[in-house]
Amino acid sequence: MDSALIPKGVTRCSPGRFFLWTLPWLGLLAWGLVSAFLCLYKGLNQTNMTNYFAFALWIVFDLGVIALGAGAFFTGFLTYIIGKKELKDIINSAVIIGFICYSGAVAMLGIDIGQPLRGWFIFWHANVHSMLTEVSFCITTYLGVLLIEYIPIILENRKIEEIRELRLFGNNLHEIMAVFAATGTFLSFFHQGSLGGMYGVMYARPFAARGGFYIWPWTFFLFILSAIAAGPSFTILCTKLAEKITRKRLVPDKAFQTLAKISGSLLAVYIVLKIIDTIAWAYGIVPKAGLTFMDFYKEGPYGVWLVVAEIGIFGILPAIILLIPKARQTEGWLIAGCLMNCTGIVLNRFVFVVVTLAIPVMPFDKFVSYLPTWQEWGISLAVIGYGFLLYSLSYRYLPVFPKEKELNAA
Amino acid sequence: MLPFIFEWQWNVDHIIFFGFLYLALGIVGLGITVAAVKTVFQLMGFMRERHFH
Amino acid sequence: MEETHGKGPRYGMTIDLDKCTGCGTCMIACAAENNVTVLPDESDKQRNIAWMLLYKITNGKPFPHTEVSYFPRPCMHCEHHTPCVSVCPATATRMDPNTGIVSQIYTRCIGCRYCMAACPYHARNFNWYDAYFPKGKGLDKYLSPEVSPRMRGVVEKCTFCHHRLMRAKEKAYAEGRRELEEGEYITACAEACPAQAITFGDLNNPNHKVSKLAKSPRAFRLLERLGTEPKVYYLSSKEWVRKLADNYRPEELQPVIKTKTG
Repeated sequence: MDSALIPKGVTRCSPGRFFLWTLPWLGLLAWGLVSAFLCLYKGLNQTNMTNYFAFALWIVFDLGVIALGAGAFFTGFLTYIIGKKELKDIINSAVIIGFICYSGAVAMLGIDIGQPLRGWFIFWHANVHSMLTEVSFCITTYLGVLLIEYIPIILENRKIEEIRELRLFGNNLHEIMAVFAATGTFLSFFHQGSLGGMYGVMYARPFAARGGFYIWPWTFFLFILSAIAAGPSFTILCTKLAEKITRKRLVPDKAFQTLAKISGSLLAVYIVLKIIDTIAWAYGIVPKAGLTFMDFYKEGPYGVWLVVAEIGIFGILPAIILLIPKARQTEGWLIAGCLMNCTGIVLNRFVFVVVTLAIPVMPFDKFVSYLPTWQEWGISLAVIGYGFLLYSLSYRYLPVFPKEKELNAA
Repeated sequence: MLPFIFEWQWNVDHIIFFGFLYLALGIVGLGITVAAVKTVFQLMGFMRERHFH
Repeated sequence: MEETHGKGPRYGMTIDLDKCTGCGTCMIACAAENNVTVLPDESDKQRNIAWMLLYKITNGKPFPHTEVSYFPRPCMHCEHHTPCVSVCPATATRMDPNTGIVSQIYTRCIGCRYCMAACPYHARNFNWYDAYFPKGKGLDKYLSPEVSPRMRGVVEKCTFCHHRLMRAKEKAYAEGRRELEEGEYITACAEACPAQAITFGDLNNPNHKVSKLAKSPRAFRLLERLGTEPKVYYLSSKEWVRKLADNYRPEELQPVIKTKTG
């Protein structure tokens, strides 16, 4: 039925089977749309956010997917700027994942703000001293860059390619991709950093506050580093998942290994700096605010286990796994390492978003708890549904993996 | 965002921030323009070839 | 940055906790004065809007040694690098360099709530619901034309009854005066407090009562160590109350007994 659209020389499942595969993701998307409608129509009282939890699940999800989506710009940087040729086999996949993550995050933010129709005020009435202004500008611009990186892949579709104008335009865009990759790298560095900066600058919240260099708190640099450490791992995970689901080899092992090695090395550097940062914070900002390290870990479920999990189990361990060549060459360990790496970074974002707000600063204030509503889950999970859909559609109809034909010959 | 909006200030912070923003937007815009113009030229080249041969 | 500490008036407040009876009149006066909406379910205290909020604290000791005090908490109008102002992406909140008052531009607020995350005092409230002034219960009768009501999806906060400053300034202008007299501009909470625990005025004017009280040995500020430089001062002669206004490490002070809040 749709065989004319499927790339030449590769096999895809029947349209019926593909349709069945999309059903659960369409379901998630529908759940998200209902939630979004309720939130837009009735307001944010549809969530369980409160004046205590001004940021909640959505912001954790946003920060999480943006960090994981860093694989796109970083792989682009390694491929087009550094010249790691083997990564050309995985760059398309990285770009699509990045596009999904960023567009999903921007869509979620559109629901999360109380007055979505005023979103453009950030640009119009920009406060250049706010980290969030910087984040908004860079994310929006970078989403544009991602779209430009995604367009040539779309234009390579068999039917679209037959239109000469579009084919030529796609080729020409592809030729100057290094320019876009460089701009994307610049933008990504700043918004990943500013997302961290957002928390580091909250000097009246000692749990998040950090010292820093000039206008940038240390979290600025740590967020960049953790994003480029986790991003490639997430790209590996998604691509491996695609391989498992399609029961095909899609990317040569060399590309995975290069990414895994870089991911592991960066994670190791990040973890060392994160430990230094935590110690410096515990002996600097915390006592200055009249608190002790343990004061932050006695409220509700947020105990010291968070630190152990974030830095130890999901930080040091995956760094070791990904740095040992023998371990990362074993598929099981590679996937485990990448999964732990990504979990650690999401946990880090969770701690900065939720735990920061959960810990009362005034001594006589009380600890309140928060659990998301089904509407909040709906919108968050819709991003996952949308991601699966877009990735599946791209895989089915676009030549995402240049080596697919070669790797699956026989 | 634009000089006639009243938050706009001609100071270093604003110049750095918006300087980088407009630089990035400029590069991206220029990139697309170059690709588009090149495509148009190539197409005109094709047309001519087909017309004369 | 717009920080001109020391120049012009700096409006501020002292709240004498020794005088405060916890009656809550300040909260009511504030809500009535400023068109503060009520929630469909006002028992939801984590979402309700209170520009002035009363915290009850106790020394935690068993009867008969129990002592109770109250912390009325308006916006602190932080003077130094105002945490909420510096983070707002859309310049929707601002500290007036001429008065020190931190204001909110409701029609520009996009509702991102970053300011709420940055404020350690919980002085900012989000409009989770549409504004609601139930008819037939009289709540719509006291709506003030001087204060703009807030729409759903924006953040609001104490403005030190800024419209009263405008009113006082207009009166002074009409009478050909450039400066306001002491007491010409006071907030609704200060005016309503039956115990006269709240004093409002210009902290930079040495003749104003508030500036003298702020220098009293009984004076302290909430979370002073963070360096936000609040313009709201509290007065208390009770050591345990003063200790509860800030965090102290065990070696700095005797551990403060954990208190019940409400």
